[in-house]
Amino acid sequence: MSRASTAPVAPPVAPPKEGVPVQGGVGTSALRPDGVPKVKGEFAYSSDMWDEHMLWGATVRSPHPHACIVSIDITDALKHPGVHAVLTHEDVAGRKTFGLERPDQPVLASERVRYRGEPIALVAAAHPETARRAAEAVHIDYEVLQPVTDPEVALDAATVALHPSGNVVRHIHIAHGEPDPEADVVAEATYEVGMQDQAFLGPESGLAVPDGSGGVDLYVSTQWLHVDREQLAASLALAPEEVRITLAGVGGAFGAREDLSIQIHSCMLALTTNRPVKMMYSREESFYGHVHRHPARLNYIHGATTSGELVFVKARLVFDGGAYASSSTAVCANAATLCCGPYEVPNALIDCYAVYTNNPPCGAMRGFGAVQACFAYESQMDLLAAKLAMDPVELRLRNAASTGTVTPTGQKIEGPAPVAELLTRVRDAPLPPPGSPGTPDIRELPGGVSNATHGEAVRRGIGHAAGYKNICYSEGFDDYATARVRLSAPAGEPVVEVHTAAAEVGQGVATIQLQIARTELGVEAAVLRPADTSIGSSGSSSASRQTWMTGGAVKTACEAVRERVLSTAAEVLGAEPGELYLSNGLVMSLELGAVYSLAELLGDTVVEATREYRHAPTSPLDANGQGNAHAGFAFAAHRAVVDVDVELGLVKVVDIATAQDVGMALNPQAVEGQIEGGIAQGIGLALMEEVQVIDGVIRNPSFTDYLIPTSLDMPPVHADVLELGDPGSPYGVKGVGEPPVISSTPAVVAAVRAATGRALRRIPMRPDDVAGLTDRSPAGEAPREPR
Amino acid sequence: MQLNLEVNGQVLQADDVWAGESLLYVLRERLGCPGSKNACEQGECGSCSVYLDGTLVCSCLVLAAQAEGRAVVTVEGLAGAGLLHPVQEAFLAAGAVQCGFCTPGLIVATHDLIARNPAPSDPEIREALAGNLCRCTGYVKILDAVRLAAEKAATS
Ligand code: FES
Ligand code: FES
Repeated sequence: MSRASTAPVAPPVAPPKEGVPVQGGVGTSALRPDGVPKVKGEFAYSSDMWDEHMLWGATVRSPHPHACIVSIDITDALKHPGVHAVLTHEDVAGRKTFGLERPDQPVLASERVRYRGEPIALVAAAHPETARRAAEAVHIDYEVLQPVTDPEVALDAATVALHPSGNVVRHIHIAHGEPDPEADVVAEATYEVGMQDQAFLGPESGLAVPDGSGGVDLYVSTQWLHVDREQLAASLALAPEEVRITLAGVGGAFGAREDLSIQIHSCMLALTTNRPVKMMYSREESFYGHVHRHPARLNYIHGATTSGELVFVKARLVFDGGAYASSSTAVCANAATLCCGPYEVPNALIDCYAVYTNNPPCGAMRGFGAVQACFAYESQMDLLAAKLAMDPVELRLRNAASTGTVTPTGQKIEGPAPVAELLTRVRDAPLPPPGSPGTPDIRELPGGVSNATHGEAVRRGIGHAAGYKNICYSEGFDDYATARVRLSAPAGEPVVEVHTAAAEVGQGVATIQLQIARTELGVEAAVLRPADTSIGSSGSSSASRQTWMTGGAVKTACEAVRERVLSTAAEVLGAEPGELYLSNGLVMSLELGAVYSLAELLGDTVVEATREYRHAPTSPLDANGQGNAHAGFAFAAHRAVVDVDVELGLVKVVDIATAQDVGMALNPQAVEGQIEGGIAQGIGLALMEEVQVIDGVIRNPSFTDYLIPTSLDMPPVHADVLELGDPGSPYGVKGVGEPPVISSTPAVVAAVRAATGRALRRIPMRPDDVAGLTDRSPAGEAPREPR
Repeated sequence: MQLNLEVNGQVLQADDVWAGESLLYVLRERLGCPGSKNACEQGECGSCSVYLDGTLVCSCLVLAAQAEGRAVVTVEGLAGAGLLHPVQEAFLAAGAVQCGFCTPGLIVATHDLIARNPAPSDPEIREALAGNLCRCTGYVKILDAVRLAAEKAATS
């Protein structure tokens, strides 16, 4: 990657002032603390949890997307040799339901099931196969009901209500600017997004260990320990301190571990049997066991002047939330508030709905509502450019948001918003060489070694897109993170110990915390305690927020520790604390240089501080969707170059160029890793990834049939990382994880459109769509002419 | 049934094995070698890759009984205790590890690739690792790691 800094990092980096920077501090590509165990196979993932006396749990799930439960008979299951417990809703000691935002989902269904795969009963047995067979021996009688699987039907007042509150999980209305503005040119189309799966590799799993006095310890992979604990305590009827959760190794998350999976179930089984209980989903069960990215239908009308200034955006967005609320309300808010894109849009009229259906529940996935909207608004920008006979990048540049832009919710963008620069950079990035004519290497062609083509019908296309994402939690949520930092010198060397509950899910927040501690205290030896619930909450590893939030908490706690150390040193020396700083294990004086070794100064004392960090408050949206709902924004742009076999509809992504403002790259290698990994998921959504749900049933719950990009599908990535510094965050950081997945998808689609001349209004684009065998564009717009 | 097999040079025994158990399950749950991973258990992801008598296999697709009397090498056995194999070092240095769930399988597969082909070209690397899914990295740094490991092997 090339790194560019076109403006200074806004907040000055706090002391240590001068002196040699500590090894592995902020701004370096410090190695991950969990790297060595991970490459040696010694890192303990949640699926590796083991106890000599443990039992295995299994889940009985509904085969119907919508049904009434007439009876549940567990007699035969209990008779299986080796079975220790079979539990139903009757055994839920506390609150019978759970949920991230509203507890609308039964822990175990009692009267009605609302999606295929809904848990109804649990089994614990000595061997996992015994547990599975006993699960099959739980007899359930159903009265099968007609499933509601079309969100538009669900919205119809005449349709049966799937929940007492009705079928609308949330409706957001945004009215901004003039109610009826006039435009010279109008572009209208409807877009569809299929259901994407997070497809983390580490299955849902964990080990629940009863403590013998009614409480339980749970070792689990999750994104937010404390919100898990809240829900667990309520449903287990235990006090929060009786439920202790430790983060076990997490094999990827991407949003899919925000909701509970095995947590309550494994604890119920452990408390009943008084034995440790391990639960682990198979890949098939995993497709039923976590929420997915919302499928969406997005109708847009863009109006512009003849010279290409946006006049208005009108949109109606419908998100299929599936059977339970999960985080649909927040996804709906993101989609609605970000749905005009990173552009100056003076007038906007938006209605965004999240609805209940009998499809699998949908919730968080990386990009969280911004992904679906970006595909649609960027497709609209291309459509509008075609109508205006303008270059699509030129149209975007003309309308690009910048610092001070007011979004459709009336919020002024305070930090850097370098949309024009990002777009220019990707547009001007060097292009890959043209596909080799003559005797091409078939491995470089669409279809690869399947030998589908020798290049006859292969056309190249280039597409661009920009996008943006809110960082941290929004709409007035009390978003905070907690950190405890301890400085001591146990063996004559200073050591800093950091303790938070932040979930390391692969993204690198463990590394970042240690880097911050090293820099702030000038101590290289930094260790991280396991994340658990014995410390205050860090909030979720979501919304690209952990570097900002938990990073901010670690930094603040380090500052408190440093202040105490320096004031002690100042007292001893008769100096002013302001004249002293810490560097590489030494107490330094501005005047005299090294005055103390930190270890000597500390002696046997332990200096410890616990601090909470909060970002600036946000506010809820009013009835017209107005409000400063977001704490900050991150921006990225992508250019995709594709080769398309226009006869077979096969696509090879040749190259991706991206530019992204990350505020400050605390760990440049980890930043690149987030960018590259996010782009892979964006390419997946554009070209292959869809949970196919027919009549409420997932038809492809396996990696055989749900395809994610392999090493053959992933192009080289040229990342241009800008570090413009956000004024509101520690070190000026912005979240990194989500923007790469947002605008990469529409860039690929635009490139395929350019190669084929087809409208391609639905993602993922299937070979039939690309080859023109289906016209899946829901709107009546004629496909665009090839460029 | 009882099973005897050699794992990373040690002869190990597992008792009461159910006939339906895979080699992966026995390694992970009975023999204390959870390094090989279980992302799909149907031969699609490569996270369970091990050597069986020197051949790279998906251990989830091998019945444990088929491994009776044979030699298995897992990611845990590529380097001595406290040591790193150059392939492992390369994955660390290149930043090819995020959540790391794919890493054990990729390291064994890369080990095998470089043994067969000490200087693999880019398309050869991509082809050889196409059976190992990674959801975090987008493969860019994994390819870097393989190139780095091949260079290290060539110069050592
Ligand atoms: S677990 Fe064996 S290939 Fe996926
Ligand atoms: S690093 Fe997470 S799957 Fe590869």
